[in-house]
Amino acid sequence: MRILGLSAFYHDSAAALVEDGRIVAAAQEERFTRKKHDSGYPGEAIAYCLAEAGTTLDAVDHVAFYDKPFLKFERLLETYLSMAPRGFASFRMAIPVWIKEKLFQKALLGKKLKEAAPDIDWEAKLLFAEHHQSHAASAFYPSPFERALVLTMDGVGEWATTSAGIGAGKDLEIVREIHWPHSIGLLYSAFTYYCGFKVNSGEYKLMGLAPYGEPRFAQTILDHVIDLKPDGSFRLDQSYFDYCTGLTMTSEKFHALFGAPPRAPDKERLEQRHMDLAASIQAVTEEIVLRLVRDLARSSGEKNLCLAGGVALNCVANGKVLRDGAFEKLWVQPAAGDAGGALGAALTAYHGYKGQPRRLNGAADGMQGAYLGPAYSQEDIEARLTGAGAVFETLGEQAVIAATADAIAAGQAVGWFQGRMEFGPRALGGRSILGDPRSPSMQKTLNLKVKYRESFRPFAPSVLREDLADWFELDADSPYMMIVAPVQGERRRAMTDDEQALFGIDKLNVVRSEIPAITHVDYSARIQTVHEETNPRYHALLEAFKARTGCPVIINTSFNVRGEPIVCTPEDAFRCFMGTELDLLVVGDCLLEKSAQDPALKISYEDRFELD
Amino acid sequence: MLSFLAEFWSFMRVRKKYWLLPMFVMLLLFGGLVVLTQGSAVAPFIYTIF
Repeated sequence: MRILGLSAFYHDSAAALVEDGRIVAAAQEERFTRKKHDSGYPGEAIAYCLAEAGTTLDAVDHVAFYDKPFLKFERLLETYLSMAPRGFASFRMAIPVWIKEKLFQKALLGKKLKEAAPDIDWEAKLLFAEHHQSHAASAFYPSPFERALVLTMDGVGEWATTSAGIGAGKDLEIVREIHWPHSIGLLYSAFTYYCGFKVNSGEYKLMGLAPYGEPRFAQTILDHVIDLKPDGSFRLDQSYFDYCTGLTMTSEKFHALFGAPPRAPDKERLEQRHMDLAASIQAVTEEIVLRLVRDLARSSGEKNLCLAGGVALNCVANGKVLRDGAFEKLWVQPAAGDAGGALGAALTAYHGYKGQPRRLNGAADGMQGAYLGPAYSQEDIEARLTGAGAVFETLGEQAVIAATADAIAAGQAVGWFQGRMEFGPRALGGRSILGDPRSPSMQKTLNLKVKYRESFRPFAPSVLREDLADWFELDADSPYMMIVAPVQGERRRAMTDDEQALFGIDKLNVVRSEIPAITHVDYSARIQTVHEETNPRYHALLEAFKARTGCPVIINTSFNVRGEPIVCTPEDAFRCFMGTELDLLVVGDCLLEKSAQDPALKISYEDRFELD
Repeated sequence: MLSFLAEFWSFMRVRKKYWLLPMFVMLLLFGGLVVLTQGSAVAPFIYTIF
C-alpha cells in the first residue's frame, strides 16, 4: 500500500511517500524550486518521491494532507467574532484568501493531482489528518519505541498549539491539548519579531543569541505575559500580543513592558538588551517545556518521549529535557516543523486510518538517518558538473576521503555533497559545508565569507558516536543534531577574569576549548553523532580526520548561504561553491579545487537571497 | 461546489456549530464579491496563522 503525504499552503511545503509502512522518500519543495520556505503545491517534491519509488501517481492508494482546512476556518471565524470589532483589518485581509482558495483546498488538491493522473477520482482518495496528529505521528511512528509519550508544540495548527498523546504499537491517541491563542511557539515568535528577526525562520537566531545574554526579563515575562501553572499548562495575556487581530506579533503594551518598540533590523544594531531578551525567552521556554514534560512523565508512567512541532527544533530545550531525566529516552523527529507534517499525515493514514501494523527495526529508527531525498549517480554527477562548466578530477572513494580530510585539517572550507539529501532543516553530512573545529578563526571565516550571515551565530559539530563521551557531556545518540550539550570539562579552556568580563559578542573571540569553532559562549554545542550504519562515507571521513589530527569532530553546517534553501543538485552545489569563498567542493567522487575553476563562472552570491 | 457545501454541512453537524451557518453564508456572498472585484488575494501577515 502506497500513501503520499503532503504539507502545503502555509509554509514549508513537502511530500513524503510511505510504502507498506516504510518511508521511501521525503523532500521539501523549497529544495527544488529554490524558494526558501516555499508554501506552494509541492509538485516537484511529489514527482521526486514517485520517481524514487519507481512508481506513478496512479499507483498511489491514498493522498493524506497534513491539516484540516475547515477546522482552521472555524478557528478564524470564532476568533474574529470574539474579538470584533477589533481585528477588522486582519479580517479584511484573511477572508478573501479563504473565500478564494483556502476553503477549497480539497478541490484544489484534487485538481492538481488530476493534472498528473487524470483518470483517478482524487477527492475520494484524499484524507485529512489534524495538524497536531500529523506532528505526533511523525514523532512516534518512525521512533524506535514500542510505546511512548508524544509531545508536540508549535505556533498553531487548527486549534491545538500544544498536544500530548500516547503511542502504543499502531495506535496513537491525543490525550491533552492546549488551544489557540495560547501558544509557546507564538510566544517565542513574538520575541523573534520583537528582536528584529523574521518570524518562522529567525527563531534559530534568537536561540543562538541567548547565551550572550542574561535572562533578566524572564521574571517579567512570567509575571505579566504568561500565566504558567505547575503542570506546564499556560495562558498568554493577549493584551501583550497583536497576532489574533492585527498584522504584527506584539502590541504597544508589550513594547511598553520591555521599554522600546521592536528592533528595526535594517537600522538598529543588535545590543546587549536584545541578547538579554533572547536569554529570557529561552529560559521561559525551557521552563514551560520542562514543567510539561515532568508532569506528563509523572501522570502517564511512560519511559520514552517523542517530540515534534516547531518548538522541538529548539535543541537547547531538548538537551535540557534529556538531562532532566523525567523520561529515560528521547527521540525528536528531525523534520519537526511543518514539512514533517507530510510524513506524519502519510503515517497517520497508514497506521491510524487503514489500521496497518507497525514494524519496529530493533534499536534503529525508521528515518534512515533522515537521508530521504534525491541522490545522484557518479555518472550523472560528472555529466551535470561538466554541463555547468566545472573543472574536476575523479578519484576513488578512499582517495576522496583522504583528500577531503587533508583539506579540512589544512584549514580549508569544504563543500561536501554525498548520497541522498536530508529531510528536515539540518544538514547531516549529505549536503554540508565542513571545516576544522580546532581553528580559532573558523567560526568567523565561515560566517562572514562562506555563509554571509551574522558573526554571532554558532556552528555545530559532527562527532564519531564512539568518541562522543570523550568530547561532550552527552551519552545518547543525537544523529539529527537535535540536542545541545556541553563540551567535556577537560576539553574546555577556562576564561581569564578579563575575558569573563567581556560582554555579548566580544566573548565570541575568546578561545574557550580545544574545538573553539563549535563551542558556544556558554560551552554548549549542537551535536550530531555520526553512525557507520546510516552514513558510512561521512563516518569514514571523520575517522580519517581523527587519524590526522587526533580530533574526531568536524564543523558541519548546511550547504547554502544565508536565506538560500540547502543545495539539492550538483549544479546547485557548484553555483554555491562559485559564489562563496569555499576552497574545495567534493561531489560524490569528484573533487573541485576553487583555484582550478574558470574565474568567469564566479557569481555574486551575497545579495542573491533575501535575508531571514 | 455542491460536494463542498455537503461537506461543510456535515462538518457543522459533527462539530455541532450550526451557528456558524449565517456567518458563513454572509461571508460567501460578500467575500465572493470582494474576491471577484480584486486581482489576487495574498495576506500580508507576519506569520500565516489563518
